[in-house]
Amino acid sequence: MSLPKASRPALVFLVAIAAWELLVRVTGAPAFILPSPLAVASALVERWPLILDNALVTLAEILLGLLLGTLLGSASALAIAAFASLRRWLLPVLVVSQAIPVFALAPMLVLWLGYGMASKVAMATLIIYFPVTVAFLDGLRRTEPGWLDLARTLGAKPASALLHIRIPAALPALASGLRVATAVAPIGAVVGEWVGSSAGLGYLMLQANARLQVDLMFAALCVLAAMALGLYFLVDRLARRLLPWQPES
Amino acid sequence: MQAISENRNQAAQPLEDEAPSVHLHAARLSYRGETIFDDLDLHLPARRTTCLLGPSGVGKTSLLRMVAGLTHAAQGEAVDAEGKGLEGRVAYMAQQDLLLPWLSVAANVTLGSRLRGEPAPHAEAKRLLERVGLADAASLRPNALSGGMRQRAALARTLIERRPVVLMDEPFSALDAITRLELQSLAAELLRGRTVLLITHDPLEALRLGHRVLVMSGRPARLQEAIEPPGEPPRDPAGADILRLQGDLLAQLSKAKP
Repeated sequence: MSLPKASRPALVFLVAIAAWELLVRVTGAPAFILPSPLAVASALVERWPLILDNALVTLAEILLGLLLGTLLGSASALAIAAFASLRRWLLPVLVVSQAIPVFALAPMLVLWLGYGMASKVAMATLIIYFPVTVAFLDGLRRTEPGWLDLARTLGAKPASALLHIRIPAALPALASGLRVATAVAPIGAVVGEWVGSSAGLGYLMLQANARLQVDLMFAALCVLAAMALGLYFLVDRLARRLLPWQPES
Repeated sequence: MQAISENRNQAAQPLEDEAPSVHLHAARLSYRGETIFDDLDLHLPARRTTCLLGPSGVGKTSLLRMVAGLTHAAQGEAVDAEGKGLEGRVAYMAQQDLLLPWLSVAANVTLGSRLRGEPAPHAEAKRLLERVGLADAASLRPNALSGGMRQRAALARTLIERRPVVLMDEPFSALDAITRLELQSLAAELLRGRTVLLITHDPLEALRLGHRVLVMSGRPARLQEAIEPPGEPPRDPAGADILRLQGDLLAQLSKAKP
């Protein structure tokens, strides 16, 4: 098969849509159980202003969560890498924080931070923090020992070696962590919206579900998936552009 | 003609200090309970290249790292003839080029000044890159270079520090034979006047470049008496003396193999 690379997933996608349409026609499933792809598409078009408003809220939550989670995660990794004694104190806390399911925290976060965006941003931040911290810390601790020997013979202080060698050397690892974080960030935001909210795609889906507007539910889901995919590819492309020396993964 | 001879005179990089002799006394090192070497004395004469040969795992790299000050001082510390430490006077060139992949060749060459927070000597870097034949590659990243070009860049990074003592750990071992020959000649020319310790597993390389050749062998390891090949390095690899000495060295090395 000599198809262009990008056309393969598109073809699989089209086949899946066709199978979906066929399933609806053959089984005659009512629209409130399984709407046809056409019905979902028309819901997407007709309710677009509503979907867009809510999508922008969710997008803002994801982006803010990514920003905060990345900043906090990077700062923690740097602090742990720079001060060995911090590791003994902070690493157990990090691991324990992962033993608590973030979903179980969601009601509490809503209770503390309210129904607005803050609780969702906090959820996304929490879910992003761990992969970013662990990936960056791992990168910082795996610096090629020869580079550090070289830095020592060149008269570098530890802080200077950290800044000029260990941090740049760990950026590809941080980028891997960011890719994972981007993939899980929408989960944090949507779970937060499910627990209690007044806007966002999660909120819209919950409302549509309660009114048996399953076509609107599917339309919101499609937009959410498209948003998550778009963000992932954006981060991936950005990482490749900014770190052209990193080995192909 | 005039220009060429002037260039020749500039070939050896001016040094910050006069190159000292290097002495390591009663060095000892053990690894996982086994004594690698004990009560070992190493002497590097001033402004001369000493080559160190020996089987893999005998402790050559550990000895070099000790001279470089990369190990605990308690195990042994290299000093000059007056007994002063060598800190800040030693440059180190490893088997891998250790170029940082995110920096350009020029930025790699001036890495030392950046690490110390000093202004980068751009003009000097440009001149040295010309000397090692990388003038056109200054703005490239290391992954765009061949193995030989990468070691040339590492050589420029070593030379720009103007350190009077240079320690080299098999710097040319990963190169093909012709590139290795070229780089050996270049290194011999550019390192003239410095006190050099060169580790190699290639007897011919040792005989081409060394004023003295030492063989390290045994466990705990000892240094066997030095061969001093006739003539000035870099020597002709096809010279009759060199070929005969290479035979002797190979015999000595195969006896040294555990």
